[in-house]
Amino acid sequence: MSPDLEAIVAEARSAFAVVSDPAALEQVKARFLGKSGVIPHLLKGLGGLAPEERRESGARINAAKSEVELLLAARREAIAEETMQSRLREESLDMTLPGRGRGRGSVHPVMLTWRRVESIFRSVGFDVADGPEIETDWHNFTALNNPLDHPARSMQDTFYVDVEDEQGLPLLLRTHTSPMQVRYARGHTPPIKVIAPGRTYRVDSDATHSPMFHQVEGLWIGENVSFADLKGVYTDFLHRFFETDRLEVRFRPSYFPFTEPSAEIDMKFSSGPLAGRWLEISGSGQVHPAVVRNFGLDAERHIGFAFGSGLERLTMLRYGVQDLRLFFEGDLRFLRQFA
Amino acid sequence: MQFGERWLRALVDTDLPLEELAHRLTMVGLEVEEILPVAPPLDGVVVGRVLSVAPHPQADRLKVCSVDAGQRAPLSIVCGAPNVSAGMMAPVALVGARLPPGDNGAPLLITQALVRGVASQGMLCSARELGLSADHGGLLVLDAALPVGVPLTEALGLDDRVVVLKLTPNRADCLCLVGVAREAAAICGVSPRLPVVAPVPAALEDTHPVRISAPEGCGRFTGRVIRSVNPDAPTPAWMRERLERAGQRSISALVDVTNYVMLELGRPLHVYDLDRLSGPIDVRFATEGESLELLNEQMVRLQPDMLVIADHSGPIGLAGIMGGNSTKATSATRNVFLEAAFFHPGAISGRSRRLGLSSDAGHRFERGVDFDNNVAGIERATQLILDICGGQAGPVVDHVARLPVRAPVRMRVERARRVIGIAIAEAEMAGAFQRIGLEARLERSPDGDAFVVTPPSWRFDIAIEEDLIEEVARSHGFDNIPALPPVAQSAMLPEAEGMRSLHEVRERLAALDYHEVINFSFVDADWERDLGGEYAPIAVRNPIAAQFAVMRTTLFGGLLSNIRHNVNRKLARVRLFEIGRVFLRDADAAADDWSVAGVRQPVRVAAAALGSALPEQWGEQPGRAVDVFDLKGDLEALLAPAVVAVEGQAHAALHPGRSGRVLVDGVPRGWIGELHPRWQRMFELPSPVMLFEVDAEVCQKVPEKRPAELSRFPSVRRDLAVLVDESVAVGSILATLRGSLPDRVEQVELFDVYRGKGVAEGRKSLAFRVLLQDTQKTLTDAEVDETMDLAVSILQDRFGCQLRQ
Repeated sequence: MSPDLEAIVAEARSAFAVVSDPAALEQVKARFLGKSGVIPHLLKGLGGLAPEERRESGARINAAKSEVELLLAARREAIAEETMQSRLREESLDMTLPGRGRGRGSVHPVMLTWRRVESIFRSVGFDVADGPEIETDWHNFTALNNPLDHPARSMQDTFYVDVEDEQGLPLLLRTHTSPMQVRYARGHTPPIKVIAPGRTYRVDSDATHSPMFHQVEGLWIGENVSFADLKGVYTDFLHRFFETDRLEVRFRPSYFPFTEPSAEIDMKFSSGPLAGRWLEISGSGQVHPAVVRNFGLDAERHIGFAFGSGLERLTMLRYGVQDLRLFFEGDLRFLRQFA
Repeated sequence: MQFGERWLRALVDTDLPLEELAHRLTMVGLEVEEILPVAPPLDGVVVGRVLSVAPHPQADRLKVCSVDAGQRAPLSIVCGAPNVSAGMMAPVALVGARLPPGDNGAPLLITQALVRGVASQGMLCSARELGLSADHGGLLVLDAALPVGVPLTEALGLDDRVVVLKLTPNRADCLCLVGVAREAAAICGVSPRLPVVAPVPAALEDTHPVRISAPEGCGRFTGRVIRSVNPDAPTPAWMRERLERAGQRSISALVDVTNYVMLELGRPLHVYDLDRLSGPIDVRFATEGESLELLNEQMVRLQPDMLVIADHSGPIGLAGIMGGNSTKATSATRNVFLEAAFFHPGAISGRSRRLGLSSDAGHRFERGVDFDNNVAGIERATQLILDICGGQAGPVVDHVARLPVRAPVRMRVERARRVIGIAIAEAEMAGAFQRIGLEARLERSPDGDAFVVTPPSWRFDIAIEEDLIEEVARSHGFDNIPALPPVAQSAMLPEAEGMRSLHEVRERLAALDYHEVINFSFVDADWERDLGGEYAPIAVRNPIAAQFAVMRTTLFGGLLSNIRHNVNRKLARVRLFEIGRVFLRDADAAADDWSVAGVRQPVRVAAAALGSALPEQWGEQPGRAVDVFDLKGDLEALLAPAVVAVEGQAHAALHPGRSGRVLVDGVPRGWIGELHPRWQRMFELPSPVMLFEVDAEVCQKVPEKRPAELSRFPSVRRDLAVLVDESVAVGSILATLRGSLPDRVEQVELFDVYRGKGVAEGRKSLAFRVLLQDTQKTLTDAEVDETMDLAVSILQDRFGCQLRQ
């Protein structure tokens, strides 16, 4: 009687299907493929058959064995996959939970402006310099063509300190970053291209003036650096700083002892909340020949421009900050918005 | 400087609307700051004449007036003003008129009304009701000559506007109408209609003697005697109006005339009571110890560089700034002496500031006053005084001592083009000079043409070539100069890898969870004493407030006050940093290109933290408070790869057992620690604050990167646990091991500190990790053992350590 191999395969299929863990599957496997399992038993029984019949039966039994082995492998893989799936289900997390770790601080908005101003001017080859905030009268005023008792001194009310210079004049808190023009230019040879951002001080304190504030001074001295170049450079700067060409820039005659001709620079946005109003943004001009001589240069040969802009002013316009005092209160509710 | 639009238009014939004229003035450098109406709109208010006044039948304090307001018939108007009388002229608001808002903010609409049973067809008005002044003492009394029925705005010239100029100090010539008119006329392409000043012939021979002892201070002194004036004569309305719109209160006719001439011609004058002068006038410098009572009754102590007008009685005026009280014109004055002097700016400037004074004359003289219109000024004032106050004038006596020299200034055409940056034509340059009254001559030369200009007596800002270039640029219009993209040789900028910028330092601190603040560099002297141990900080001589009296020597004070500010706003965790200079008195500090003698001004980086070490968050033990080692870790991260060492040391601001000096490469570079509990209490802070402050330089310096060869051989890790006295500093053990063990030792690190069970009181258990490696071969056990034995013997011999098993 030939064994019902189809029934054996069917039985193995259903036996594999009902187990769900790898150990139980191995036990079921033994029933069919183990040493004393159904299929090895059938193979052993071939020995008593005639060669012709043995070959034919053997082939059928081996085919059934392969089929059972395939069923086993498929079931193994399915169980492994189920195990993996259930592990993944167990391990799943609420990915909407916030991240952990230290917080993130912030850089002061005026310093963000400072940095952007530096990188914009560096991109066309301006060096960056800084110097003392307690200055001599000579560097802050006299070298800039603003001698003692000059009426223009009343334009910049000055803080003095209780240390005197070699002339017996009290040292002062620099009223602008312009002394850096003199310090830098005396140590370099033209072409001189430098900006000097830093702290400055004036005796002035109200809603729109702080006794301490920041300025950036710019200086470009060469053989043919003209007023038209000043207009070109500063207009370009404003377009880059505010990242828009939709602003107008105007230069109008003004007076500073250290420049001649001198210009006040105004700007006007053509859109946004400040649109349509002229806003003073900078003082500027062609460096006065007396100042060029104080640089140690030949004023006949070397000409150029200088400008000075308030960093707080630029910052307020850039970010829409209304109240100057916010910059100096150290209030985290304000500062962290610049993270 | 301010003035009424009409006054300017009387001198400049132009149809340009005021707004356009103002814009153009701004664009030539006379910035128009504001344009203000002199009065609110007063539609329906006309000039009226009170014909009769009858009592009100129902109210004692009201009157019923018949008023001619130019209507078909007289109006019946009920009025409560105390000064209403038959025959007077007063403003009438007709039915339908709208008066400016009063105290309640709402405009008043005039309607036909019954006032206590009597019909009132309008309203008689006070100056306050019309918004003209605060005066509500009664009806505004109008000039009897005004035509009845004419709109009040027209009758009083109230459609005028006040133009406010913000002048730069170089343009003192525009501190008068003639000066502004000169510029305005040039803009409009017309000639200014300057006032014609005719000499007033002398009716008397009287003069007053004048001597100029200080010609370096007083260049010219022009004087005139006028006798028999009526000091109480009223100033005519037209003059009062112009003065008021120019910001000058009317005082008396004599004073008003001098102010008027100053505003019109830019010629300051002074009027003395001739009978109160004792002896000749002398213009000289004050001598030490002299003092003077000024006409504002302020006593000033004079200094030897102050120029005075003196007579036998001593100083009677501060020259060019303010007259004295003893000789000023009063209502008792009958005879006057008029002064029109020129004082050199150098002899005047700075003096009024020093004395805390400000005056119109001083403002002008220190900037420069026309030295050629003294006689014209006297003649103009004489005519006005005679017209208003009567009297007879003596001859004009003009003493000229030493006038400013007006050297011709050359402007080379090519230089002007080079400085401005465009090729402006010679003809345009010539026009620029001519239009504003600068006489210019063109000199042709093979080396290039040049204009030669002799500056006029009213300009004190033209001395060099650039001054003329500025005039050309102004006239051409800054707007018409193109904004050129500059052409220049380009060279790359150095990019030093060994130096972080301060911006990178800021980014690092922000990444370490600190927020940047900016504090004032001047602080409270107490902070310096308490937090800096500094008893003699650099003091500000003129601080804006007592809490800003000294320059900071540490950034700690500002940070602590910022922390308090935030704690008061209910923040429990505050982490801040600041980067800025501190200011150290140092007699040995020498001056060089970048520093000032006597002061060191290093840039410092400081940080402060209060509250929990980490932000409150899920999955962490709640709220471990920040401690010094958190801050030290942040400082290490900030300076990395540079190595930070700290040696315990006390600091005024810090807890003496929890503070130390920061060393980098063995050099003291700052401080770290916990705020002293005393200051924590003083700043009213709820929990301890951790602080560090270091030189910015050490945060910026980056050691050179020279990576070592990677070893192909395995490394060996050995751990060592030892017991040691509490007093032994871990830092010194680590430093000694790192310095003494052979090169094959890659790393020595502390990985545990333990106190408690199994460790005796006063001792601590330390565990070190030692990593060994050779780049050339695999280390043998013998080599490893030998190294570790050396480490153990160092620990035992140098630090009294006991090996733990």
